[in-house]
Amino acid sequence: MSIRYNQKREAEKQPRLTGGHRMCAGCGAGIVVSGVLRALEPEDRAVVVNATGCVEVSTFMYPYTAYMDSFIHSAFENAAATCSGVEAAYNALKRRGKVDGTVKFITFGGDGGTYDIGFQSLSGAMERGHDMVYVCYDNEAYMNTGVQRSSSTPRFSRTTTSPVGSVQPGKRQQKKDLTEILVAHNIPYVAQTAPIGNFRDLHLKSHKAIYTAGPCFLNILAPCPRGWDYPAAKLADIIKLAVDSCVWPLFEVEEGQWRVTYTPKKKLPVEDYLRSQGRFRHMFQPGNEWMIEEAQQQIDQKWERLLERAGG
Amino acid sequence: MMKFMSGNEAVAYAMKQIDPDVMGAFPITPSTDIPEVFAGYVANGEVNTEYVAVESEHSSMSVCIAAQAAGARAVSATSSCGLALMYELLYVAASSRLPISMACVNRALTGPININNDHSDSMGARDSGWIQLYAENNQEAYDNFIQAMPIGESPAVRLPVMTCMDGFITSHAMENIELLETAAVKAFVGEYRPEHYLLKKDNPLAIGPYDISAYYMEHKVQGAEAMKAAKARILEVAAEFEKVSGRKYGLIEEYRLEDAETAVVLIGSSAGTGKAAVDRLRSQGVKAGLIKIRVFRPFPGEELARALAKTQAVAVLDKSEGFSANGGPVFAETRSALYDLKDRPALVNIVYGLGGRDIRVEDFERVFGRLADIAASGETGPVYVHMGQRSQAQEVMA
Amino acid sequence: MIHAKDINEKTPWQELTPGGEIYEAGTARLYNTGTWRTDTPFFKQENCKHCMLCVPYCPDSAIPVQDGKRQDFVFMHCKGCGICAEICPFEAIEMTPGGAPK
Repeated sequence: MSIRYNQKREAEKQPRLTGGHRMCAGCGAGIVVSGVLRALEPEDRAVVVNATGCVEVSTFMYPYTAYMDSFIHSAFENAAATCSGVEAAYNALKRRGKVDGTVKFITFGGDGGTYDIGFQSLSGAMERGHDMVYVCYDNEAYMNTGVQRSSSTPRFSRTTTSPVGSVQPGKRQQKKDLTEILVAHNIPYVAQTAPIGNFRDLHLKSHKAIYTAGPCFLNILAPCPRGWDYPAAKLADIIKLAVDSCVWPLFEVEEGQWRVTYTPKKKLPVEDYLRSQGRFRHMFQPGNEWMIEEAQQQIDQKWERLLERAGG
Repeated sequence: MMKFMSGNEAVAYAMKQIDPDVMGAFPITPSTDIPEVFAGYVANGEVNTEYVAVESEHSSMSVCIAAQAAGARAVSATSSCGLALMYELLYVAASSRLPISMACVNRALTGPININNDHSDSMGARDSGWIQLYAENNQEAYDNFIQAMPIGESPAVRLPVMTCMDGFITSHAMENIELLETAAVKAFVGEYRPEHYLLKKDNPLAIGPYDISAYYMEHKVQGAEAMKAAKARILEVAAEFEKVSGRKYGLIEEYRLEDAETAVVLIGSSAGTGKAAVDRLRSQGVKAGLIKIRVFRPFPGEELARALAKTQAVAVLDKSEGFSANGGPVFAETRSALYDLKDRPALVNIVYGLGGRDIRVEDFERVFGRLADIAASGETGPVYVHMGQRSQAQEVMA
Repeated sequence: MIHAKDINEKTPWQELTPGGEIYEAGTARLYNTGTWRTDTPFFKQENCKHCMLCVPYCPDSAIPVQDGKRQDFVFMHCKGCGICAEICPFEAIEMTPGGAPK
């Protein structure tokens, strides 16, 4: 299904994530969550599910829910299974004539709750084929507990459990390619996006994910001013750099067909992106040039592979 | 209708008669037959249930929590490590006040891994806020499951219910049991009508908040009050159940206790063996009796105190090791319940039957023998001992 | 039905919702996060072209839109992050020091 995107019309919709939540000033996750929910058609209801994490503790601190829709949080590691339970109940009650109308099921988990502790639950839910969307707001570390490394944290990044020391260059391991792992589940729709430009990319992918039958997965970059160490106001610049340097490519995989949805006019060096954040600061110290070289190589390889998959 | 069934089949059949909305299903010995038999009902269109074959017990309980919150009736079955994997979610289910019904087929909790019966799995979950009913035999396993929903779903209670039976001994052994007509079961269990649920159209529901300390304690008090209220509700449901089945249930079952001087207190299938021992001793003129605890949560403290008030010596038999170095969980709670009695009987704890270790009528006779000695001498001796283990040393009950 | 507005840190347990449920939409709107601000955006209405770019970039849903027109900030929710001022193509938002709206 393709829809026209009209940014002004979308901005007029009543937000389904309200103000008054306790996410930090300038939090990327808040922008991601409200952006995804904006793709819901106003007449449709939704049940929103959260994994424990920044978003969850700040959007439903008793008695204040920031959701206009029904909401359930159960634990850190089971958001996808939780969403499948709601969807199963919907099917059962609908069959018995006890609920009517369209209800959509949308789960939000951070990278900790998605790449790591909730990974099994996510894989199981996707395999079972529930009609749901799982959204990972990827801020590349355990931010709620104070910036600990996750399997999503990029190599060399400084976190509190991958500190930079005299013998350690920040995180040693590469970032796990979760989006690709989700593609391997052969589900109808997988996409990677970010709140960028006029939100067209994020909106259309969210809409497609919500309104495609079956399990869909969105991986959305959600900068964290605290954890990434940049001035909160600079969020849009950081995202633009991530996308234009191909650190975070925008693409989608629909029924197995890969499509790059944005190709930078001029691919920026990864250095530009790395320089924008304190978590990579040590990479610019004399003697650490190899880190930047290696990071560039990695990014180039992955980008080339993506272009190949998408048919050049 | 009389039918020859295993305990697992009986519970699966009860589930079929109830026809729940959602089942979270994952195999684990010895409860596997329940989702297996139920899958057959699903495959043949005999139930309307959404059968969610998850990738772990953790997800199975997560599915049940979410489905129940969404307004559906959710069921599951598990054992041992499966229940342990659910541990965190058991608390979520109870604190979110979601009346899920789950069959727990009791099996020793690892390690080392062992598939046979004891109560170490469900005893570990005793403080999670779940109501716990224990069955002695297949009939009780069936009857308890049918009573679970009317108990848990009652507005004053709103707590999840775990119906327990002994692995293999009850779950796999075949017995003749009396089944209710399906229409009678449906009428007894009724419709699930929560006031608020996720899929309700009139107003949204938000569930599972971050609860700051200004509210957390109040919410825990609510749960504690609900557990207290469950006692009366369990008896109410039992009375209604007696009307449709002719079978009588309470919080505890007293067996030949009226004038008993010595008694044992225990849970589950060993009660059958214990009752045989009591009968044998009674025929020899020994005033022996037995109490089977059917409801462990809420704990029937007052009822136990009243029932044991006139005895002289009591052995509390624990089928799980609590590693408290001070006795098993059933003992700890029973002894505490008896504290306020003016004339307390002497109380000893015997841990037995771990990982499927057998207990025979002769073993019970030895227990009663020891109780007779205690009653006669007034000397309790070692309070916390094990029975049935091999030992180099001369142990009291080994 | 128990309402969020009637729940506070003095409410006895009997009057709290069971298990911490809430039966209404968006009760967080009752909560003031405006006090967090150290800088405050100033909306220069005359410069605004109502392109609405700032609306989805606000993490706090603090920029309302009515009849196709961007309204002034909801200062009860705005945390003063400054993202909107950075992305505005028309210099219609200016950050001012301090928490009080100009």
